[in-house]
Amino acid sequence: MTEEIKVTCLHDRHVAQGALMSPFAGYDMPIQYVDITTEHNAVRNKVGVFDVSHMGEVEITGPDAAKFTNYIFTNDINTIKAGQILYGMMLYPDGGTVDDLLVYRVDDNDFFLVINAANIDKDVAWIMEQAKNFDVKVDHQSEQYGQIAVQGPEAEKTMGTVLGIDTTDLTFYTFKKMEYDGKTIIVSRTGYTGEDGFEVYADPAIICKMWDMLMKAGVQACGLGCRDTLRFEAGLPLYGDELTPEISPIAATFGMFVKLDKEGGFIGRDACAQQKAEGTPKKLVGLELEGKAIPRHGYEVLDGENVVGYITTGYHSISLDKSVAFALVDRAVGALGNTLNVRIRKKVFPATVVKKRFYTPNYKK
Amino acid sequence: MSKIIDGLYYSESHEYVKVEGDFGFIGITDYAQHELGNVVYVDMPEVDDEVTAGEEFGAVESVKAASDLMSPVSGTVVEVNEALEDEPGLINKDAFENWIIKVELSDKSELDNLMDAAAYKAMIGE
Repeated sequence: MTEEIKVTCLHDRHVAQGALMSPFAGYDMPIQYVDITTEHNAVRNKVGVFDVSHMGEVEITGPDAAKFTNYIFTNDINTIKAGQILYGMMLYPDGGTVDDLLVYRVDDNDFFLVINAANIDKDVAWIMEQAKNFDVKVDHQSEQYGQIAVQGPEAEKTMGTVLGIDTTDLTFYTFKKMEYDGKTIIVSRTGYTGEDGFEVYADPAIICKMWDMLMKAGVQACGLGCRDTLRFEAGLPLYGDELTPEISPIAATFGMFVKLDKEGGFIGRDACAQQKAEGTPKKLVGLELEGKAIPRHGYEVLDGENVVGYITTGYHSISLDKSVAFALVDRAVGALGNTLNVRIRKKVFPATVVKKRFYTPNYKK
Repeated sequence: MSKIIDGLYYSESHEYVKVEGDFGFIGITDYAQHELGNVVYVDMPEVDDEVTAGEEFGAVESVKAASDLMSPVSGTVVEVNEALEDEPGLINKDAFENWIIKVELSDKSELDNLMDAAAYKAMIGE
């Protein structure tokens, strides 16, 4: 393999700060700067900043922009106004997941899509293919934007005092475009941590400047290691683990983001309707284990001696001090309170089916 | 610069054996604990379990990942370091002081297959 690894605009800074770097989704990304626990707790208790410049951006404009965006998206963009954001998925006709994404409604003919780094090429090709019969322009903008996420209970204060950006007018899942150093940036009250927080999309030079200001102010730099522990505790899925071409949002029990009855339908709608009516063979559940052994991605889940599924994500939760996991298991054994077993190397540990949201998010609604 | 102690035996997978008579204390090296980061769980065998040179006998886990423990020698487990059950981070504090299992060695000639401190130091490039 000689495929060149990509870097974000902040890469030199991560290396200079001594971050542990590792390839993720084709980018050389920081996993941790200090250690995962310290960074995780900074976000839960105070504030931390992430480089998420690897995320992809696609803007859809034109007379059919609203109709088209709604056609490739499971949630219903007709329920939001300009300045609001929705989370949802793009699906294949069979209900399998192309990607999960955010849709920013800029205006009635302008939608800004934020997609996963690992899926950028696949998603852009998919969107372009579906767009053929619509009067829209699909503009892939990933190279134009750097992105940081400022997350934690002190995020609003930090945005104001360190970056000079007033965010008190933003509620959860809203955004604004504003001028910063003579350029237009996007600031949204969104994140992937279960805490209050913001994401800023801007020219790479501005993102670098903001990063430097945040570092100078002593804000904790946070790597992808704690991004995963934080999102996991808050019950949020990661594409590739909980949502895949084989795992529909119905199987993953994120049906609340799938609006089966919306006007005009959407790709994958009929498959989802059928899955909802009949029940998927497997479903995603939460598991809580006794003891400190840690369930990891891919470990087998057993009902008695029979393999009934596997762990999609698992940790010894930092905020709860318990071993918990998401697992995709046979529907028949997935009822809350049911006792299953998880095989961890040579041993088997009892696990109880629990709700997937292990940590109650602190969003500013 | 990782700590390396003279007189111990070292494996390529970063375990050490400290030999006292017929017994060996097995743990992970200071270099290994540093590479792994904060240890949050140690999966240990039970007393009377047999361990075999070159085979897995447990794991040390950080938040992010599990790392298998490979036994450098063969023998019978006579003691496990129970302090690690409540405080796995002791390995980060002093990996050589906080051994993981104590084994009654079944074949001391296996020690000849392991590295001495100088060879291990060369292997990790320090």
